[in-house]
Amino acid sequence: MAKHVVARASEIPPGHRKIVSVRGREIGIFNLGGEFFALFNRCPHQGAALCTGEIVSRLESTIPGDYRLSRPGEMLRCPWHCWEFDIRTGQSWCEPNSVHARTFPVTTEPLAAETVDVTIAERYVVVIL
Amino acid sequence: MTLQHGAIDCDIHPTVPSVRDLLPHLEPYWREHILRRGLERDNFDISAYPSGSPLTSRPDWRGAGGLAATNLASIQAQLLDPFRPSAAICNVLHGAQMMMSEDLSLALCRGINNWLIAEFLDRDPRLRASITVPIHSAELAAEEVERLAGDQRFVQVLLLAMAEVPLGRRQMWPLYRVAEKYGLPIGIHAGSSFRHPPSAGGWGSLYLEDYVSFAQGFAGALNSLLAEGVFQKFPDLKVVLIESGVTWMPASMWRIDKTWRGVRSEVPWLAQLPTEIIRDRVRMTLQPFDAPPDVAAVTRVLEQLGSDDMLLFSTDYPHWQFDGMDALPDGLPPALIQKILFDNPRATYPRLAALHPVGETTS
Repeated sequence: MAKHVVARASEIPPGHRKIVSVRGREIGIFNLGGEFFALFNRCPHQGAALCTGEIVSRLESTIPGDYRLSRPGEMLRCPWHCWEFDIRTGQSWCEPNSVHARTFPVTTEPLAAETVDVTIAERYVVVIL
Repeated sequence: MTLQHGAIDCDIHPTVPSVRDLLPHLEPYWREHILRRGLERDNFDISAYPSGSPLTSRPDWRGAGGLAATNLASIQAQLLDPFRPSAAICNVLHGAQMMMSEDLSLALCRGINNWLIAEFLDRDPRLRASITVPIHSAELAAEEVERLAGDQRFVQVLLLAMAEVPLGRRQMWPLYRVAEKYGLPIGIHAGSSFRHPPSAGGWGSLYLEDYVSFAQGFAGALNSLLAEGVFQKFPDLKVVLIESGVTWMPASMWRIDKTWRGVRSEVPWLAQLPTEIIRDRVRMTLQPFDAPPDVAAVTRVLEQLGSDDMLLFSTDYPHWQFDGMDALPDGLPPALIQKILFDNPRATYPRLAALHPVGETTS
């Protein structure tokens, strides 16, 4: 597993995403309140560009008329068939035991980016692939 | 295929011969109301098909006046004695359930329930019945259930698949609340109040489309119960689809699961696959099975249903679904037959749970 520097952390503020390409694969990088998560940009259902889908919350209920919104902004809804996935785990809402969006470990690391005559220290997003 | 004795027959149809026969069983006010209006001259048949059509009765079961199953002697001679069920559930199909006046509807339903008690339940211990209720007033229906729930021979509440509003709507919930309280499944029989189109596309011209569309009516009723969250709101309530046919169900199950995956946030109380709820809470009577007489096809349908618990034995007496003693469709595996005949009905109807199968086999 190699580490790949894919973005400056500051490029992806909380609640936002960036789709990057690593060794020919498109990967969505999501920032949930300062934590970064990476999902393969391919829905396990039928292959849509999952990471371009709407970022949504969990809408839950135990009985009709009882409505709860939880985990705001932590779910991803596929643009094709609206299947919902947990951005943190890739777990499908409707088929939690059998359908998972592929996830990748992601860290932020301080790196020194080399230039000819100046060095800028900043945090970068790193995907391990 | 013939069947073992002692089966539980979950759908038979005593026929009200005429409204005149109900008069002794009505409250005095409503007896006079009906006589003043001359309503006793109409029998308020609900015609899901032409009243003289062959399906309404096996020819050998039709009585002298053309009607079948109008009295206990016929039911004993044609059904209870030859088939020897340990119990048979009477579902009366009658226009009483859908009168425009909700009060008259309740009065006639009460009359039918009283007629059932006096003419059938009190006279043969093998008979049970569904409580006939006014389908367009959940409050009055609940009142009738409250009146009769203490009588353990009533084992279910009877509704029709197509009414003025889909069956899952909240205005129906007072009835479901009381049914759940007394351990009475909601039986949904093929039928309609016949003042709204029998298909979602409007009024058809011909009997063929009308009758075949009944399966859509059942699918609509079931989808409404699921989407509105009736199974979550009433966690102990069971639903029995009566005379719905069986083979439409697997395709409908697949469709609702597929669509639910995309729009489940619209119905957040449906937190599991709708099909899992159907397999757990919905039952279907066996006749008419609506499958070709082909073992391979029947096997496929059973695999697609995905549960051995869903089917309940029924003859649909006196409707013409089979000849002779061949009450069971061909192609059912033996272990499943045992469940269909005894175990599933006992598990579905709490008030039949204590019945014991006789375990005898016909030759």
